[in-house]
Amino acid sequence: MLVDWIIILSSIGYLLVLFAIAYFADKRAERGAGITSHPYIYALSLGVYCTSWTFYGSVGRAASSGLDFLPIYLGPTLVFVLWWLVVKKIIRITKAHRITSIADFISSRYGKSTPLSALVTVIAVVGIVPYISLQLKAVATSFNVLKQYPEVIAPLNSPPIATVADTAFWVALVLAIFAILFGTRHIDNSEHHDGVVVAIAFESVVKLLAFLAVGIFVTFGLYDGFGDLFQQASRVPELVQLMTFEKEGAYTTWVTLTTLSMVAAVCLPRQFQVIAVENVNEPELRKGVWLFPLYLLAINIFVLPIALGGMLQFPRGDVNADTFILTLPMAHEQEMLALLVFLGGLSAATSMVIVATIALSTMVCNDLVMPVLLRWNWLGLREKSDFTGVLLFVRRSSIILILLFGYAYFRFLGESDALVTIGLISFAAVFQFAPAMIGGMFWKGGNRKGALVGLSLGFVVWAYTLLLPAFAKSGLLPITFIAAGPLGVELLRPYELFGLQGLDHLTHALFWTTVFNAGAYVFVSLYTRHSAIERVQGALFVDVYRYADQGARSQIWQGSASVEDLFNLLVRFLGRARADRAFSGYFRDRGLERRRVITADADLVHVTERLLSGAIGAASARVMISSVVKGEVVRLEEVMTILDETSQVIEYSQSLEQKSKELESTTAQLRAANERLQELDRLKDEFLSTVSHELRTPLTSIRSFSEILSDHPDLEEEEKSRFLEIIVKESVRLTRLINQVLDLAKIEAGQMEWILEDLDIPQVVENSMDTMSAILSEKEIALDVDFASDLPVIRGDRDRLMQVFVNLLSNAIKFCDESRGWVKVSVFLQGEEVAITVADNGRGVPWQAREHIFEKFHQSREGLADKPHGTGLGLSISRQIVEHFGGRLELVQTGSRGSVFGVFLPLQAKQIVAKAGE
Amino acid sequence: MPQTVLVVEDEPHIVDSLSFLMKKAGFDVFIARDGDAALRMVESRPPDLILLDIMLPRRDGFEVLKYVRANDAWKEMRVILLTAKGRDVDRLKGMELGADDFVTKPFSTKDVVRLVKQHLGVEEKLA
Repeated sequence: MLVDWIIILSSIGYLLVLFAIAYFADKRAERGAGITSHPYIYALSLGVYCTSWTFYGSVGRAASSGLDFLPIYLGPTLVFVLWWLVVKKIIRITKAHRITSIADFISSRYGKSTPLSALVTVIAVVGIVPYISLQLKAVATSFNVLKQYPEVIAPLNSPPIATVADTAFWVALVLAIFAILFGTRHIDNSEHHDGVVVAIAFESVVKLLAFLAVGIFVTFGLYDGFGDLFQQASRVPELVQLMTFEKEGAYTTWVTLTTLSMVAAVCLPRQFQVIAVENVNEPELRKGVWLFPLYLLAINIFVLPIALGGMLQFPRGDVNADTFILTLPMAHEQEMLALLVFLGGLSAATSMVIVATIALSTMVCNDLVMPVLLRWNWLGLREKSDFTGVLLFVRRSSIILILLFGYAYFRFLGESDALVTIGLISFAAVFQFAPAMIGGMFWKGGNRKGALVGLSLGFVVWAYTLLLPAFAKSGLLPITFIAAGPLGVELLRPYELFGLQGLDHLTHALFWTTVFNAGAYVFVSLYTRHSAIERVQGALFVDVYRYADQGARSQIWQGSASVEDLFNLLVRFLGRARADRAFSGYFRDRGLERRRVITADADLVHVTERLLSGAIGAASARVMISSVVKGEVVRLEEVMTILDETSQVIEYSQSLEQKSKELESTTAQLRAANERLQELDRLKDEFLSTVSHELRTPLTSIRSFSEILSDHPDLEEEEKSRFLEIIVKESVRLTRLINQVLDLAKIEAGQMEWILEDLDIPQVVENSMDTMSAILSEKEIALDVDFASDLPVIRGDRDRLMQVFVNLLSNAIKFCDESRGWVKVSVFLQGEEVAITVADNGRGVPWQAREHIFEKFHQSREGLADKPHGTGLGLSISRQIVEHFGGRLELVQTGSRGSVFGVFLPLQAKQIVAKAGE
Repeated sequence: MPQTVLVVEDEPHIVDSLSFLMKKAGFDVFIARDGDAALRMVESRPPDLILLDIMLPRRDGFEVLKYVRANDAWKEMRVILLTAKGRDVDRLKGMELGADDFVTKPFSTKDVVRLVKQHLGVEEKLA
């Protein structure tokens, strides 16, 4: 039997455990051993996204509209999986600017604007209060249901109860105490609330365990696993609908809900709090990216089974589907399970309320109350020496006020709508932050006026299309407002604004708020001036990765402030101890002696502002700083110049790096080219020296014998004619050598003139042999000829090819057997080539010379002592000619019985010639 | 007994002309057509003077010169290098290795004969 006091006692016990956890986590953090930097803690703390709405409401939604509960979880999953670069950027910006809340974020982006931060705060409060009341409602409802144990049907119209006897009131009170104790321990909000974060993570575990326990109980206890459950459900026609997508307009709703929840996952004040403000270091995000979606998956896996189980178990429909998770164990008398579920729901509700109130109270204090207080000079607050007390008081009061508002909303409006509907109205409210926030992170063009107008319009349209109708439904406004429009103007019907029909209420609202909000944001931003500070902040946000921690920002303050003034300012808001620590640290880091520094530099002013921002928000910090800094914020042009210079310097250094890389590679190329040149130079030298040597050799003989003949007129006739013959021979050799050197030079310089015509190769070979006939018969060399018939014509230069064949023939004649010389010339088709081979029966090419015979000036000297040398250029030139026509000149075979040289000319030489001739 | 000149040269016609000139000048002439042959000749019949071509098959003139200068027994042996390349580096290298003189092709026959006689201490008659 579960009686009231057991439930209450367990709840209080649970909350005490929570207190203890938070307390010890805070103590640990104070010792510098905080555990919030642990990625699992971080990922679990993100589970604050799953409120009692998840815990009770998604089963309810699944029971009424099937898979529609899923997009709410699809959104955050998408954000973390696909958009994690956005989230990373948010975290980076938050850290760089010591941002304390989403209001601070948006106002910082648009020039630390006070009106903007106030507007965001108002929207957040108005939007989130219903959400908080939803949590109170959930706890109260579940308590009342559980109280009836084992009866599962809650009394429908319970009589009005006094506030003091109302469960929700006490819940609100306890949560307020918790939030005050752990949420306002420090003044500097950009410091982390370790205790809260760890407690939240713990609550995430509790609610997940409770949900899984019921899921397993229903699926495997009441039924025989998923298969059995779904099979039984499929026999009930109404339930089949829930498992399919056939509902009309379902896709639009899905897209709407997914978009909404994507934005909410980042822009909900409590989400922003845990994702960005409480984030200790960026790498946590990397684990969060997959852990958080995994958590969402786990908590959703049993939603449909529990909904189906509930519908099957309570077929009469008299049990509220939102309570299935609780009533199912109750109906089967599982006391402990029911209690666990209640605690799970309690944990889901408390975690949301605690984080949301902390986030909201920070916003209310920093962005709404403080700027106003600081401006009202007559309050004398500016001169107050210690502000920390005021800050704490404002924050604590706002926590209590917010919870009271939540409770009031619950008391007067909360009964009319299902959990999910209230939650979605909140989501739609924070959706209004998206254009200003996301736009501001990626578009430098967005300005303060744009954000203000966009947000205001979005907020008004949201209130008109979602909030007012909800009021109307609960009787605060005449119900005709919905059906007939205000004052009967149909065009203004809140669910069919400007005649837009056919969309569900939420999609409809989202459509119009987006049109007005984003439209105004872009339009106004484009057509209004940007102030200096807006541009600076815009650049710092959009290019947060570019501007490292220091750099441009410190230059934004010009003029001077005394160290004393700045210090006193810090003392007022942070307390003496923290101010002392901050200043000592600052001077120590720079190696300065604090006593000696009287005038603060821009850097110190900036540091002070940053510290103040952490405590009272950027907008208020700006007001305070400007009160002590003499001189003004730098003019627009100067700031932009500074920023431009910074980025120019960065670009310049990047381009410099690029240039130096290019230079390096150019240098390498130059070096290579130089080496190549040196090599060519060396080759040229060698060539010249070789040519010189080759020319001097015949010249020496000619000169010697000429001088001998001229100096010795008394020589015998026989001797005279022998010497003359030598002179003639050497002259011929010299002439040939000169011609060949010139040929070679021309070929290599590409200046050889090629006369192309269709050639009958056998005929060209025949002509070449004719020129050698005299020497052949003189030396009595046998000549064999083997020409294939019907060879195709080949395009080429007749004279040059003859030169090749003559060279090969004369080599063959020179090297063939001296006494019984034999030379064979063959022409035949081989594949796609015409082959011309010249064979001899000489001694063959010595093996060590085979590699070199085609080189310039390589001469065979072996065993030819008594024969006149060739020029050593014949084969080299021949090969170049043949290669010019795309062919090959090779030593086909050589050995003691002779050598075979072959010329292989391709049949399609035309193209190659055409190419080579270019 | 006439002084001996070894002509080391692979070009047959240049050998012809040099041996003609040396004989006419009254020397005994031996001929080697490559570096190895030259060394064999130096070993078997050390000449008084070598007309040594640098570009030789098998073993070039520098190596022959080095070999000759490495043996004290042949320190009186005169060596005149013949080169067709006409580069200063070759001349310097030859002189460093201990050549007595240098002739660049194409040479004047009178110069060669005069040089040989000079190095062998033969007074040239005034023509």
